[in-house]
Amino acid sequence: MGKHTPLFDSHLSAGAKIVDFAGWDMPIHYGSQLEEHHAVRRDAGMFDVSHMLAIDLAGADAQKWLRHLLANDVARLTLPGKALYSCLLQEDGGVIDDLIVYFFTPGHYRIVVNAGTADKDLAWMRLQAAGYDISLTPRRDLAMIAVQGPNARMKFWNAFPASRGTSEMLAVFQAAEWNSWLIARTGYTGEDGFEIALPASEAAKAWETLRAAGVAPAGLGARDTLRLEAGMNLYGQDMDESVTPLESGLAWTVDFKDKGRDFIGKAALEAQRPTRQLAGLMLLDRGILRSHQKVITARGSGETTSGSFAPTLNQSVAFARVPMGIAVGDEVEVEIRDKRLKARVVKPPFARNGKSLIQERTT
Amino acid sequence: MNVPANLKYTKSHEWAKLEADGTVTVGITDHAQEALGDIVFLELPEIGRKLKAGEECAVVESVKAASDIYAPISGEVVANNQATVAAPETVNHDAHAAWLFKLKPSNPSELNVLLDATAYEKVAAEG
Repeated sequence: MGKHTPLFDSHLSAGAKIVDFAGWDMPIHYGSQLEEHHAVRRDAGMFDVSHMLAIDLAGADAQKWLRHLLANDVARLTLPGKALYSCLLQEDGGVIDDLIVYFFTPGHYRIVVNAGTADKDLAWMRLQAAGYDISLTPRRDLAMIAVQGPNARMKFWNAFPASRGTSEMLAVFQAAEWNSWLIARTGYTGEDGFEIALPASEAAKAWETLRAAGVAPAGLGARDTLRLEAGMNLYGQDMDESVTPLESGLAWTVDFKDKGRDFIGKAALEAQRPTRQLAGLMLLDRGILRSHQKVITARGSGETTSGSFAPTLNQSVAFARVPMGIAVGDEVEVEIRDKRLKARVVKPPFARNGKSLIQERTT
Repeated sequence: MNVPANLKYTKSHEWAKLEADGTVTVGITDHAQEALGDIVFLELPEIGRKLKAGEECAVVESVKAASDIYAPISGEVVANNQATVAAPETVNHDAHAAWLFKLKPSNPSELNVLLDATAYEKVAAEG
């Protein structure tokens, strides 16, 4: 038996099919992954993301330490509640994890990391903490619920009217405390919405209240197709320790602007001349792209890292690590079983805010 | 789980139905469609292809994963269901109505070694 989030019983009573995910017993779907996907693109859905780990960071050196630890620069965060996406890198530039860091004060931040990497991340952070006046507090006492979709915020306010004053003015990637909850306008679906961190003891009741307000439970299956359509990387699939952000479509998250800032992995990234890049693919022939399929290009071969049927597009898309020089619009071939199928290189995201962003439709 | 008594089954979750004209219709079981989840793509054997019992001959892909389909018995493919190819979700709606292909058996006695409904229910219950 795997670990259970505070919402495990809620999932069972909603008819969830449970699978193992990084040691956690999590809902893959509640009947239909497709319907859950569409609910999030068209209306409002919610995900239990309590398996992810929130780590509170406090101390006089908190900002200084994060500017050393992370490839992105937390000095950009000046407004309380503002959040930043960043990679956590090894010295050689390999990606340990991707995370979101929330700024409260220069001495107080919250870091949210992936479930499968949480132990590894914490060990790395503690190793890097030597000599800094900081403390790290893992918050397994919290549950996290992501409410996502074009109607997500409205339905959230219908469920919790008193929270509206606090959360209505939030910009994208900004959070605010409401009683014992942290309400953040973030997500992993390409839709508007909130991610809520709340005491574990309050999670089941909040989940039921959201359900009653018309927010559909959605499982990890829909979460994966939504994030893929939205052009968002999945750690462990699209990047890991063996590749750098520059080879993973994440150069935009590495901040070299402050020449005086020395972050872990900086020297390796500055020295790297990437020969590979992460590209979006749209399948032109009939079939379904999956991870670890061989990609044949004019400049050598590559491999898909994530692939799926994309419900919003009604066709298949993927991320693939392909040689540099391959550009948007190029045609490539993907080996699927004994066949080579045609695919086009496209610029992710594939779909966001309810709509396909890929104009060309060839079948 | 719906396991009609008039069909034969395989351990790999196909059903086979002997028709009045001597052909055998093949599909995936209700248990299989449920385990696969939302089905979005099918690849079926060409008409005229000669299959041996147990041979990989079709692919059913759900949003989640691809799954190989095996010929329950030996024979020549005499039909494949283009209506199901055009609307793969019909397999989820009714796995027995949304058949995949029809075989002209080369050895009809192979049907006798397939599982009956009771035996298949046990296989399905074990996963």
